[in-house]
Amino acid sequence: MSESANVIQFFTGFRLNDLPFLAQAAGNTLLISVIAISIGTVFGCLFGWALYASKYARYILGSILDVFRSVPLIIQLLLFFNFFPILGFPLDPFAAGCVVLIVYMSSLVAQVARGGIEAVPESMRRASRSLGMSYFQDMRYVVWPIGVRAMLPAWTGVALGVLKDSALVSVLGYLELLRASQILITRTQEPFIILAIVGAFYFALSYPIGKITAKLEKRWQYD
Amino acid sequence: MIELQNVDKSFGELNVLKSINLNVEKGEVLSVIGASGSGKSTMLYCINALEKIQGGNILVDGINVHAAGTDVNKLRQKIGMVFQQWNSFPHLSVLDNVALAPKIVLGKSKNEAREIAEKHLRHVGLGDKIDTYPTRMSGGQQQRLAIARALAMEPSYMLFDEVTSALDPELVGEVLDTLRLLREDGMTMIVVTHEINFARDVSDRIAFFHQGIIEELAPAKELVNSPKSTRTQQFLSKVL
Amino acid sequence: MDYTFHWRPVIKALPDLFSAALVTLEVAVLSMIIGIAIGLLLAMMRLYGSRPMYYVATIWVELARNTPALLQLFFFGFGLGAFGWHLSPFMIVLCGLSFNNAGYLAENFRGGFQAIPKPQYNAARCLGMSASQTYIRIIIPQVFKLVYYPMTNQMVWAVLMSSLGMLVGFRELSGATQFLASNTFRLFEFFLVAAVFYYVLVKLILLVAHLISRRLFTY
Repeated sequence: MSESANVIQFFTGFRLNDLPFLAQAAGNTLLISVIAISIGTVFGCLFGWALYASKYARYILGSILDVFRSVPLIIQLLLFFNFFPILGFPLDPFAAGCVVLIVYMSSLVAQVARGGIEAVPESMRRASRSLGMSYFQDMRYVVWPIGVRAMLPAWTGVALGVLKDSALVSVLGYLELLRASQILITRTQEPFIILAIVGAFYFALSYPIGKITAKLEKRWQYD
Repeated sequence: MIELQNVDKSFGELNVLKSINLNVEKGEVLSVIGASGSGKSTMLYCINALEKIQGGNILVDGINVHAAGTDVNKLRQKIGMVFQQWNSFPHLSVLDNVALAPKIVLGKSKNEAREIAEKHLRHVGLGDKIDTYPTRMSGGQQQRLAIARALAMEPSYMLFDEVTSALDPELVGEVLDTLRLLREDGMTMIVVTHEINFARDVSDRIAFFHQGIIEELAPAKELVNSPKSTRTQQFLSKVL
Repeated sequence: MDYTFHWRPVIKALPDLFSAALVTLEVAVLSMIIGIAIGLLLAMMRLYGSRPMYYVATIWVELARNTPALLQLFFFGFGLGAFGWHLSPFMIVLCGLSFNNAGYLAENFRGGFQAIPKPQYNAARCLGMSASQTYIRIIIPQVFKLVYYPMTNQMVWAVLMSSLGMLVGFRELSGATQFLASNTFRLFEFFLVAAVFYYVLVKLILLVAHLISRRLFTY
């Protein structure tokens, strides 16, 4: 009798005041995603430009970035997280997660950015150079605006991918949405509803952004 | 014989064919001319049931094309069709483009199908191209391939839908020559075309379509040289 | 730096890691086969299906594409437990990956079907081919070429995603690595070797896919 009473105390159902806990975790998911996406995009664009501009960069930088696309993110996270204690200064999960996600994001964006620059027709660039624009003016006023349009759909796909992949930082112990859901599942034993709530959060972010981008892409095709 | 009896066809509100009556006898070559949108291509699509009709009957050798029980796959074996866009099958070699249908539709053996295909490819002057892929050929060659592909089914009738309209001017001649060849073979053909001179020289009769009706139907030379309807006169003066 | 690397335990475990890599490949290949079959079906349902079929397929596709793969795996792991269904770790990973693959591939297939011009269909029907002959002989081979490259990508993704099996107790390459590493406390060395295994596996897949494509697509 007393044992079953204990069980009941230990496994309490999903309650309304669990929602702030989930909301906080969702905030953490957003925080790490936004950091990774924004910084990763800056580096990715620089890498992409380097890949486009230099043959050596294409070989050396290209093959380094390729490694990050060919090894599972979870392995990258665990490797990095376990590497710093070896050097003598352990990183906390958030910092390690940020660094790995930034590198991962920039390796994906580099490809997209390079494709974006290559999408600008050579004839257009010749035209702008013949007007007396310098290399950087050409990049700033011609290649950039056209390339951004060309790369936006692919970039959105990559960014949404990183948003979803940020769930993996949970393996390092960072309290983001998926880890929070696991904690709640263990306590409440109501996996279905909790996973559904967490899924709905990702969906509510990812779906509209994906749809809006697809619409933009379609509209741009016509002008 | 192909018979159209009071054929009506509409896309929604738009009446494309209005009570068309037309007979094409065995061995006859009929050319169909008229402005774009006058319904002439749509008529071809209706004859082999790629489009449904809303009224009237179309009979091919006495078989009612649009009747419920008609086996359209069987019927289409009798009617070859070539389109404005040649529609070569890009994933098949030139030989397989032609040999596929005899093999899987007529049930010919691999060797028979190959022989048939080679024969028709030689006939249209592509005997040396059988092992290449259509994407490596010019538009004119691909259009001749499309003709060979249709002929390989040994059809009784051939329908041509503006087969030279998408070609570069210098390639038009070789395709028209192939059509002349078919005329000499005695093939029954309906040729929708913008090439008035070709229509005059090669066909028995010409039908002039205007806004979904046959405005004038006459022996070829007569229609081109002394058209009766003023609309025909206006059209010819614009294109000739 | 007072850490000394110890490679001996890793070298001793290499045969185990190798067979775990085969498990990874196996689950990835199986999930691709299932994913292609279901993905094709979903694409057909979205293109030609009735209203209810369209909605079912759309919900599948959007869920697979807009939620984390790990969440999908957890769903097959713990989520189904709510209904008293308990899958083995292998089945959890297989179902999760297949679900995900099907969703992504369905969109690729749909794009492929839409990219084949309608006149191709008409031309085949004009030769007397039936609708199914037209699809099998004319349309699908062309779609296959269009989706071949995205399919190769998805295969690579399936291999990378299967590493999530580690979190649901499946002993594929990552799960086995973690298991072996935790026995020896040589986490870094083990995961570094696992990373090399994944890299080589991915490159091999891309190489094989390239060789196959050279044979298949002569046009």
